[in-house]
Amino acid sequence: MAAPMLRLCCPGRRWALACIDGCSRHRRGAPNGCTSSRRRGQSSVAQQPFITAQKPRKGEHEWAAVVGLEIHAQISSKSKLFSGSQVHFAAPPNSLVSFFDASLPGTLPVLNRRCVEAAVMTGLALNCRINKKSLFDRKHYFYADLPAGYQITQQRLPIAVNGSLVYSFCAGKNRSQVINKTARVKQIQLEQDSGKSLHDDLRSQTLIDLNRAEGQLRVDANISVHHPGEPLGVRTEVKNLNSARFLAKAIDYEIQRQINELENGGEILNETRSFDSKLGCTIPMRDKEGKQDYRFMPEPNLPPLLLYDTESLPAGADPQQVIDIDRIREQLPELPSVTREKLVQQYGMLPEHSFTLLNEVGLLEFFQNVMKETRAEPKKVTSWVLNTLLGFLKQQNLAVSESPVTPSALAELLNLLDRKAISSSAAKQVFEELWRNEGKTPAQIVSEKKLELMQDQEALEQLCHAVMEGHPQVVMDVKKGNPRAINKLIGLVRKATLSRADPTVIKEILEKKLAS
Amino acid sequence: MPLKRMHFQFCLQTSYKAAIKVSAALKQGHITPTELCQKCLSIIKKTKFLNAYITVSEEVALKQAEESEKRYKKGHSLGDLDGIPIAVKDNFSTSGIETTCASNMLRGYVPPYNATVVQKLLDQGALLMGKTNLDEFAMGSGSTDGVFGPVKNPWSYSKQYREKRKQKSHCENEDSNWLITGGSSGGSAAAVSAFTCFAALGSDTGGSTRNPAAHCGLVGLKPSYGLVSRHGLIPLVNSMDVPGILTRCVDDAAIVLGVLAGHDPKDSTTIQDPVKPFVLPSLTDVSKLCIGIPKEYLTPELSSEVRSLWSKAANLFESEGAKVIEVSLPHTSYSIVCYHVLCTSEVASNMARFDGLEYGHRCDIDVSTEAMYAATRREGFNDVVRGRILSGNFFLLKENYENYFVKAQKVRRLIANDFVTVFNSGVDVLLTPTTLSEAVPYTEFIKEDNRTRSAQDDIFTQAANMAGLPAVSVPMALSNQGLPIGLQFIGRAFCDQELLTIAKWFEKQVQFPVIQLQELMDDCSSVFENEKLASVSLKQ
Repeated sequence: MAAPMLRLCCPGRRWALACIDGCSRHRRGAPNGCTSSRRRGQSSVAQQPFITAQKPRKGEHEWAAVVGLEIHAQISSKSKLFSGSQVHFAAPPNSLVSFFDASLPGTLPVLNRRCVEAAVMTGLALNCRINKKSLFDRKHYFYADLPAGYQITQQRLPIAVNGSLVYSFCAGKNRSQVINKTARVKQIQLEQDSGKSLHDDLRSQTLIDLNRAEGQLRVDANISVHHPGEPLGVRTEVKNLNSARFLAKAIDYEIQRQINELENGGEILNETRSFDSKLGCTIPMRDKEGKQDYRFMPEPNLPPLLLYDTESLPAGADPQQVIDIDRIREQLPELPSVTREKLVQQYGMLPEHSFTLLNEVGLLEFFQNVMKETRAEPKKVTSWVLNTLLGFLKQQNLAVSESPVTPSALAELLNLLDRKAISSSAAKQVFEELWRNEGKTPAQIVSEKKLELMQDQEALEQLCHAVMEGHPQVVMDVKKGNPRAINKLIGLVRKATLSRADPTVIKEILEKKLAS
Repeated sequence: MPLKRMHFQFCLQTSYKAAIKVSAALKQGHITPTELCQKCLSIIKKTKFLNAYITVSEEVALKQAEESEKRYKKGHSLGDLDGIPIAVKDNFSTSGIETTCASNMLRGYVPPYNATVVQKLLDQGALLMGKTNLDEFAMGSGSTDGVFGPVKNPWSYSKQYREKRKQKSHCENEDSNWLITGGSSGGSAAAVSAFTCFAALGSDTGGSTRNPAAHCGLVGLKPSYGLVSRHGLIPLVNSMDVPGILTRCVDDAAIVLGVLAGHDPKDSTTIQDPVKPFVLPSLTDVSKLCIGIPKEYLTPELSSEVRSLWSKAANLFESEGAKVIEVSLPHTSYSIVCYHVLCTSEVASNMARFDGLEYGHRCDIDVSTEAMYAATRREGFNDVVRGRILSGNFFLLKENYENYFVKAQKVRRLIANDFVTVFNSGVDVLLTPTTLSEAVPYTEFIKEDNRTRSAQDDIFTQAANMAGLPAVSVPMALSNQGLPIGLQFIGRAFCDQELLTIAKWFEKQVQFPVIQLQELMDDCSSVFENEKLASVSLKQ
């Protein structure tokens, strides 16, 4: 959830708002020529900009930007927030719809315990104050994929408030300077997801899918700019951003657009915009109704959500009936900041590397599994995992779990390298072979491809001798004092060994022979 | 085996005392569930003109009767309601049976599931005779404003009423002077009152069960909020709606409540604590009771006849040794306007789902989704529903929310606290009128609009909904015109059993007469031979 914030480098104040969604509203490309898009009303976020110390930018343009994020994250649960319907990725349209999801008259919401626990755990992880009593509200608007005509959310008294997330990013010449920032979390609220609309413009039809279980993350960014010391500017809301990359691009674009607009004497409209990822710009959304009034009211079918801690837990309470905040706190996994700190301490890893390891799902575990089975230096392992492995994965757009090279295979490869059985370049070759996934171990590949380093000193000396004999001009250059000339000889010897000799060993032999 | 054998009792139309025991009769095979079902179906046909039913589920009922009959033959009856014909207001979802809310919006809508209360009745072997008429979406107090037309009060055709009319009037056209049932559960009230079934489900948001019960000479129970599941009840006001029970005697209401009460995982507002079966003791001594008479309920609009029956009832308790005291519910006068704001706001919200997309009516207009919504809702809802939606949305607007909705909520709390204060002072139940007067003729009733009528007619009943309290209307006597007048008892929250116990004592004292529908039933007499079906009561 926090990842987008790491990319926010805009000047000025910023605040964050996190919402927990029953499901996300992200949609994928639509089949059969339907264009997939969603037009919705304006944001439900009550913007309350925080007043913090200003850091005016030096230079002629003193602009500050304020960015607030509404993050919709789908809870990983077996069933939906208010119904027993299952949640599955890529299920056939409308196949996971309960009577409640279809808003059949007379159906009532029943809160899913797992979702409440997930919200509490998220709140704890984000240093929030957990509200022991929270309330549900109805937010009304008419839209085809909102069958009840309202969405159940937590507008007045959400489950968690006033949190913060400390994040770091790397700055400086070599991205070696780690800067800590704090994003404030205004509130975390449980919210029912709406459905999905597929607009078929050709046949002027809209198709509705009420499964509501696609995607995991969707962010709406509220952005305004102003001169430091002056009142905040009019904000725009860029809706439905579904990746950290697009979020960063949209925010950067929108800040610049607003500054340009204002500097050219224009004005900013309080509007909703969408981000065109192909053009890299934000464009106003069609919004006929203008400003919406969501007519919030308490959800009468859900009693207040009460949470307990060890102190307030009623005696003899059925653990299945009550939610104990302290018990959830105990179940909280190690938080990423702690893990990163440990990596730096334990392996002497660079902080920026610890970020990369944690930002990719499964990569840390992969790294740790390699570490268990190899004697190679942690730095070496880090480099192989972050550069070689991750590079291959990115190139083919694969997840870590889909890697054809297992941690054990990489560990074995690194062991071969560590005891100098193969050269670095041979190791790369072995990795490529492993990537093809033909079921061979690194040792088998090394032996089949004859990649092991030449350990026979005598044979190596003979090869060096032969090369020197064949290239008297180069030998002369060396003797005349050209320090680079010896590299040419080393290269020639390596070529003769089919790259199987350790260049440092060759260099030693050559130097000895040249000196004699 | 049942805790205590309860017996149904057939009462003859002519005499309350002559009765046969239905349960025993069913058990002994004197009458079979199928015969009973057919008798009720036959009365439904005879009384079709009352417009009590929107849908008669004849096939379903006969099939259920057949199943019930098999069980009785094997000696495995499911309980007191096995084989007993019941009716359900047409705002409860019934699987496979059209559920309309008497609205064009839901005409043709067939729910795929049963409301929890319906399912519980079916699980007990009850026979579902059909779905009863109401005001559209239960918004009204006359059962006159549904798309299927008004419900006629069976008492319009009773011997008691006709004889009085003959004495008074000269030569009025009787058919044009039929009486309303009250509402909005008027179809259920007429169905029970005219002997087409033994019990019916109504819904009660502001008095919709108690009001028609009073006008039709029935017991009308509004249980405590949270005691009975609302799952499957198409909502009017979620925070006040309660499934209601209409029967011909208090014991019957208690039996039905015993079946319906309890936690439902599908309704998060139902109580978690287990509910014990309801068994009503026969109270013999009321001397330890304290009956409260709220002084604010003595309004100028109250008819003198109702007022005198009310004080007669108070005297009855007093004469039997009960303590009867005047109490004050000081916020009563704000109740109706507060109810109006809260009710319309929730209505605006609840009606938002009727957009023509997933179910129900959809107009032909397809220029845009918005145009489709607008036309669908204009065609689907009547003026009353549209009016309430508009007011509700007005109250919920950001600029009005604090001044209307939040204020109304605060007033609601004050009204609820009034009751708490009174009950904390030692009062066991409150005794009040149910309605201002007896049922009025339709022609009279429609002189005022729905809103005015609802505001007048809900005056004694809706406060119990705002406070979530159990309340029951019990018929006391006939008016000078020969029409039923009921009085209301309001009890402490979740003390429904105590409330019904007192109601049962009262019922026994007043001996309310049975409706005499000989003329209406003439043809039925052959069906029943010597045992004309009148009402069922349950005796221990």
